[in-house]
Amino acid sequence: MSLNVEHASVRTLPSEKPLRLLDNAGHAVTGSATGGFGLPDTQTLLELYRKMVVARRFDVQVTALTKQGRLATYPSAYGQEACEIGAVAALTAEDWLFPTYRDSIALLTRGIEPADILQSFRGDWHNGYDQHAHRTAAQATPLATQALHAVGLSHAARLRHDPIVALTFLGDGATSEGDAHEAFNFAAVWQTPTVFVVQNNQFAISVPLERQTRAATLADKAVGYGMPGYHVDGNDIAAMYAVTSAAVERARSGGGPTLIEGVTYRIEAHTNSDDPTRYRAARDVEHWKRRDPIERLEKFLVSEGVLTESMRTEITDAAEALAARTRDVMTIEAELDPLELFDHVYGRERAALLEQRASLEAEIAAGAFASHEGAAR
Amino acid sequence: MAGALNAALRDAMAADDRVIVYGEDVGPLGGVFRVTDGLQAEFGEDRIWDSPLAESGIIGTAVGMAMYGMRPVVEMQFDAFSYPAFEQMVSHVAKMRNRTKGRVTLPMVVRIPCAGAIGGVEHHSDSSEAYWASTPGLTVVMPSNPADAYSMLREAIESDDPVVFMEPKSRYWSKAPLALPVTTAPMDRAEVVREGTDVTLIGYGPTVRTALEAAEAAAAEGLSIEVVDLRSLSPFDDETVSASVRKTSRAAVIHEAAQFGGYGAEVAARVTERNFHHLAAPVLRIAGFDIPFPSPKLEEYHLPTADRVLAALDTWEWDA
Ligand SMILES: Cc1ncc(C[n+]2csc(CCOP(=O)(O)OP(=O)(O)O)c2C)c(N)n1
Repeated sequence: MSLNVEHASVRTLPSEKPLRLLDNAGHAVTGSATGGFGLPDTQTLLELYRKMVVARRFDVQVTALTKQGRLATYPSAYGQEACEIGAVAALTAEDWLFPTYRDSIALLTRGIEPADILQSFRGDWHNGYDQHAHRTAAQATPLATQALHAVGLSHAARLRHDPIVALTFLGDGATSEGDAHEAFNFAAVWQTPTVFVVQNNQFAISVPLERQTRAATLADKAVGYGMPGYHVDGNDIAAMYAVTSAAVERARSGGGPTLIEGVTYRIEAHTNSDDPTRYRAARDVEHWKRRDPIERLEKFLVSEGVLTESMRTEITDAAEALAARTRDVMTIEAELDPLELFDHVYGRERAALLEQRASLEAEIAAGAFASHEGAAR
Repeated sequence: MAGALNAALRDAMAADDRVIVYGEDVGPLGGVFRVTDGLQAEFGEDRIWDSPLAESGIIGTAVGMAMYGMRPVVEMQFDAFSYPAFEQMVSHVAKMRNRTKGRVTLPMVVRIPCAGAIGGVEHHSDSSEAYWASTPGLTVVMPSNPADAYSMLREAIESDDPVVFMEPKSRYWSKAPLALPVTTAPMDRAEVVREGTDVTLIGYGPTVRTALEAAEAAAAEGLSIEVVDLRSLSPFDDETVSASVRKTSRAAVIHEAAQFGGYGAEVAARVTERNFHHLAAPVLRIAGFDIPFPSPKLEEYHLPTADRVLAALDTWEWDA
């Protein structure tokens, strides 16, 4: 291989207790629990707070729109804001993100428009944003498959001497898939600039973590592949941001991949078609609601005198404005062109597809779909 | 139909303690389509359990279980999520009997919810039947109604060969009055589900309903359509299909999957090979377009409809 990779095995064991910089009461943590990471400066924390508040409002709005039938499906990230945003905020605009269906608020944080994020969930097209413009891959549905793409892309960047890092999100359940293991191993062997963020939200649809792994933590898995693993309080955005930033910097400077486990909880159902009362107790949900990532940071910022009333109002207004914009775009039926179905299958024209396109065009012209809403527009 | 499948699993588990069920979310949740609802409470976690989330792992371990004399019935949550298990299915499940000269058989059932028309997002509406059907060593069946669903699943579980049991998602909520246990035709047989004299329409799974709708509409115009529900994709029931085609002298096959290289090509070739001199017209295929399955708002344009069937039949020269 052209890259001179030093062979150094990694033996650091992740901490048994999740690393945290802010406790649930919003107090700064000191001592070994911080794993040597320092609290980000207050301006950074304030910015992270703003992003979380806006993202939460967006998530709540989209869940409501889904209940009104405006979206075919929506996997909520309510409660996972610290994991999603803390990790994504550690990236530069040049870095790449490889998200899953769960990570819409991470896309929002990357600056992608609500209408573009939601195109797939609303059922219009499978992916609604320009992946290269946002350096954000399409949200992956088949589990763990995107992790290999992140490894490949970041390796390619490295071969070209571009200082680019790829970060990919995985769920706790997804770590059981073969592709997750292959991605971890490729990244470690090739020493790619990849950051794996496992959002351990405790459940894979209905299946709890203990049915997924016997490892003490998911971060432990890193050790076997020869990369550092961090076990982090995923509801502490200060810790998620600090640990991910360090991993991103190490990756950028040729230090190879890192696996970060954020321990968090999915407050909402898996998707709108899930019934969580079948597999978890309401009191567990309540328990986790009391560990809300936004409230925790808010308490800290208020006690530090950083978050003023007027700032809070301004942030809430911005969140409301985004929610209103999301509602507006989602109430307008997008104009879909059924003939476009044939346009993006191959780069080169195919006679058979042109024929099929013409046959559909004739059907539409003949009014075959006229009784259907949205047809022939 | 989901209820019929649930009853079939329950009755099979009660009748034979070698029958075990596992997969993603099949335990307390009862599966995302509730096909395994209540079974864990009834049979316990040694008979039915949630596996780790890994399709290759599910199929590969089922191979080992079956080698040891169990009769695993495993679930792939959606058609497109069976692809990580392709290696195990094609290289091992399908070939075990053959490579061991019959010394190792795999009595296992792989249940796969399949096809579209449920408004599912990406990867939730694939039609993967041609991949499985073109793999020697696999038996591939697809019921279209609750009675068949019950009877065929019982038979699949009793089979000593591995069976890919495909369940059309859009039919899960279909209802029929049933006195269980019900035994319908053997699962390797096709069935004539509507008699007719002018055309044989061949469907399976979700498109049997489409074929019946087309037949109904055609009857109003004086055209008599016979509808054959294949039920089994591999093996193919040449006898039933040929008998029907010889009676009507015209045949068409309908499926949701893309037409090119699809299962319909096999049907058309077999029907032609066996009945060429009895055919008054070429065998037609009415299928999905040759495109990846569309997103929910566009799927209606892709899925074959009764109107498309009738329009296709109009392309034949009827006077000849
Ligand atoms: C390969 C594959 N198998 C099955 C599924 C169906 N499925 C969708 S989400 C999900 C649970 C995933 O859980 P986890 O990885 O913990 O992520 P979370 O949804 O909790 O964010 C399953 C089984 C899938 N999308 N892909």
